[in-house]
Amino acid sequence: MTYDLTFAKEVYENSEEGHWIKMCMQCGVCAGSCPMGFLGAWTHSPRQLFQMVRAGLRDEVLSSTDMWMCTSCYNCIVRCPRNLPITHIIHGLARYASVQGKADPKQSTHHFAKDIFWENIVATGRVGEAALTMKLYFKDGIGEGIKQGLEMKDSALGMLKAKRLKPLPFRGKIKGYPGFKAMLKKAFELENQKEGKA
Amino acid sequence: MEKKIGCYICTGCGIGDALDVKALGNIATKEQKIPVVKNHEFLCGTEGIAMIRKDLTDEGVNALVIAGCSHRVKNEEFRLGIAQMDRVDLRDKCLWVLDVPEGDDTAEEDRQMMAEDYIRIGCVKVKKMNDPNPYEASTPFSKVVLVVGGGIAGLTAALEVARTGYQAILVEKGETLGGQVAKMHKVSPARAPYNKLEENPLPMLLAEVKGNKNIRIMNNTVVQKTVGAPGLFDVTLNHNGTAAVERVGSIIVATGFQAYDPGKLDKKLGYGSSPDVITSMEFEEMAKAGKIVRKSDGKPAKRVAFSLCAGQRDTSHLEYCSGACCVYSLKQALYVIENHPDASAYLIYQEVRTPGQMEDFYRKVQNEGGIFIKGDVNKVTSGSSGLTLEVNDKLLRQGVTMEVDLLVLATGMETTMDTTDPNSASPVGKQVDELPGSILNLQYRQGPGLPSLKNNFPDSHFICFPYETRRTGIYVAGPARRPMGIAATCTDAAGAALKAIQVVESVARGAAVHPRAGDLSFPSFREEGCTQCKRCTEECPFGAINEDEKGNPLFNPTRCRRCGTCMGACPQKIISFANYSVDMIGSMLKEMEIPEADDEKPRILVFACENDAIPALDMVGRSHAGALSPYIRIIPLRCMGSMSLVWIADAMASGYDGVLLMGCRHGTDYQCHNVRGSALAEIRLSKVSETLDRLQLESSRVKMVEVNIMDAETLPQVINGFVAEISALDPNPYKGF
Repeated sequence: MTYDLTFAKEVYENSEEGHWIKMCMQCGVCAGSCPMGFLGAWTHSPRQLFQMVRAGLRDEVLSSTDMWMCTSCYNCIVRCPRNLPITHIIHGLARYASVQGKADPKQSTHHFAKDIFWENIVATGRVGEAALTMKLYFKDGIGEGIKQGLEMKDSALGMLKAKRLKPLPFRGKIKGYPGFKAMLKKAFELENQKEGKA
Repeated sequence: MEKKIGCYICTGCGIGDALDVKALGNIATKEQKIPVVKNHEFLCGTEGIAMIRKDLTDEGVNALVIAGCSHRVKNEEFRLGIAQMDRVDLRDKCLWVLDVPEGDDTAEEDRQMMAEDYIRIGCVKVKKMNDPNPYEASTPFSKVVLVVGGGIAGLTAALEVARTGYQAILVEKGETLGGQVAKMHKVSPARAPYNKLEENPLPMLLAEVKGNKNIRIMNNTVVQKTVGAPGLFDVTLNHNGTAAVERVGSIIVATGFQAYDPGKLDKKLGYGSSPDVITSMEFEEMAKAGKIVRKSDGKPAKRVAFSLCAGQRDTSHLEYCSGACCVYSLKQALYVIENHPDASAYLIYQEVRTPGQMEDFYRKVQNEGGIFIKGDVNKVTSGSSGLTLEVNDKLLRQGVTMEVDLLVLATGMETTMDTTDPNSASPVGKQVDELPGSILNLQYRQGPGLPSLKNNFPDSHFICFPYETRRTGIYVAGPARRPMGIAATCTDAAGAALKAIQVVESVARGAAVHPRAGDLSFPSFREEGCTQCKRCTEECPFGAINEDEKGNPLFNPTRCRRCGTCMGACPQKIISFANYSVDMIGSMLKEMEIPEADDEKPRILVFACENDAIPALDMVGRSHAGALSPYIRIIPLRCMGSMSLVWIADAMASGYDGVLLMGCRHGTDYQCHNVRGSALAEIRLSKVSETLDRLQLESSRVKMVEVNIMDAETLPQVINGFVAEISALDPNPYKGF
């Protein structure tokens, strides 16, 4: 039944900052403040997503791409008259969808965050810009990668001249890499513990 | 005692530099024959005031013309105990609104002419004034306050009256006190942190009222008839069939609301189709009995839906918001949630309206798990597992169905007051002693009820005078006046109690209540001149004037608000005040100097309402909103309602080129402090073209504009625009006659 609270309670308890969702008063200031809204990037505004959570529309919410479009500009947080940490709630929902395996693995921002960026940074402990960019461009195949790369070549050359881009993809690991790995391991442990997986 | 006028001209604030004060003094001395004329460079200072006081005692001066700033400033300083006084405004409405470039002799001359005219009319005004004699009745004034209605509003009002030391009579139609609140389980929070349900305040209030010696409680009593006026109301109270007359000073009506009849609601809400569709009041009684159950089978109701705005803000039912339903539905949602840990309360709303601190209560209910759905209930069907609702969910943008055990309809409030259409005065002689459904049965020429503006709520100037009605000395508190919740009702009742006390005290001194609070004059009437035209009795915005069988007016001075509408209405000019009369204003306008047509200096007479237009004019100079034409001459009026058409004819005959009337906004959003004054002036003015035609003058020479107190910015445009229109016409041919 619609407005069965099972899913809402699941989100309130498990999604980061999700318990705030019940306090939304559906004024729509977040929707009007979101720069992605003007670009038509989402189908459901933050407040609509929140109402969908409250209405118990589990699949629609978790498989939605809407929360993946957040640019973290924080306009909504600044403006929310009810002081809801909307940006964080949205990120929480995105992560919860990913953890639940409901998020589309091909969705660009999801794919970028989960695979490309994460792998890149974990490998060396620092962001390798050239590799990161290349992986992003070539994620949809070689032809698409070359096309996108050529489109951005002027920018890349300019950045090279200005020494804002390291041409070599591999610069090696950071100092104290084993410590970095240990930190990550501990973080995973804690997270699993929190989510009851340990 | 012979009148001896003193004219004091202040030369401070730049007046002395800008104007030829000696010439102004000569106007007062030689032309107006004022015996004492003096200047002072700082008249409102200690020395200046001492100079005036010395003349009051030593010279026998007993009337004052104070020329300086606007009468709206330095009030305390010039409160010298002299009733016959006028403040001539040389500064705010002359110096500060005229554009006089240095070395421009013509502009300087125009300014001097304006100041001289204002001195002239100030002197004439004081000459035409008399000391008011406060009204004294032949029978003693009462200070007892009658409270009609024994619900929370009436109880609070009576208690507030009694605590102040005044006597109150509390009349209740039914057997027991308490009204609607008596049926309630708990009440929404009235104190910080505004998130806990509170116990019903009624038992404590009742105990306090019953224990107060100043309150006389009369159960099973109705008001059969109300005769008289503030301080002198003779109210016939019928207690169980026995009538007795009580003399009271003022009346508070606190008869509360009646819930909108759910039977009249749209069938789609399902009222009557299932016993599980109930109203909020029925749910309240259920909660009070401790049994939140399905009425159909007595099973516990764990899923309860509330339909907010059941028939409200709906033009086919109640077009207004009842103000309290959102909050009481939130309260009832908490009953449900607190009753069972796994219960669900669904609030199906249009907008949640929780003004002020009630926003915290809204958050509380959200936090406790109240489920909010914006939309309408479109269909209700009942089955074995409960009610099935079809809801048009405006947030999800889709229809949803839900099963609930109970559907609670938050019905709105209607007033219990009997009101009358203010524009259809009841004809004399047809009034019966008692009207069915009438609460006060007023024996007033304008009808038995209180005038209403819309939705039958008694009307008042709601911005400036809440708790008021259009009947002096009768105040309405609580949801009888406008829909409201318990907390607002208690505040309202306290406000009405203070108003009720204020009026009995004012009446005892012979003084008016607002807007002319403290005015001791009242209309007097030269009976032999009356033609029984009944205009005064029909037009008085406060129903102050009754009529005898022949149609002669019978004044009730304690009902009077001193607006002068009767004076303006009277075609025979037989109504006047000690300090305000048709003759006074007529003489003032005739006293001003009208330049010859060849001088090309037109004269525009501006009648400005003292309540809004005059303050707006004062603000023109203060806010540097722009310069006004030097050809205008402003005469303040108490209210546009007091405007007599004689003045228009006099102005035209005296050679003024145009007349501009600046009154308050009228109509449904009226701002007139005397409710109908400016509207009546407009009606009278529609007949002025006849007068102008008779004089063979263009009707565009007279114009009325609506001026708001905030209009200073636009006034120069309005006034100068009119002056330009008039200047485009030929000069008034009556100049010099």
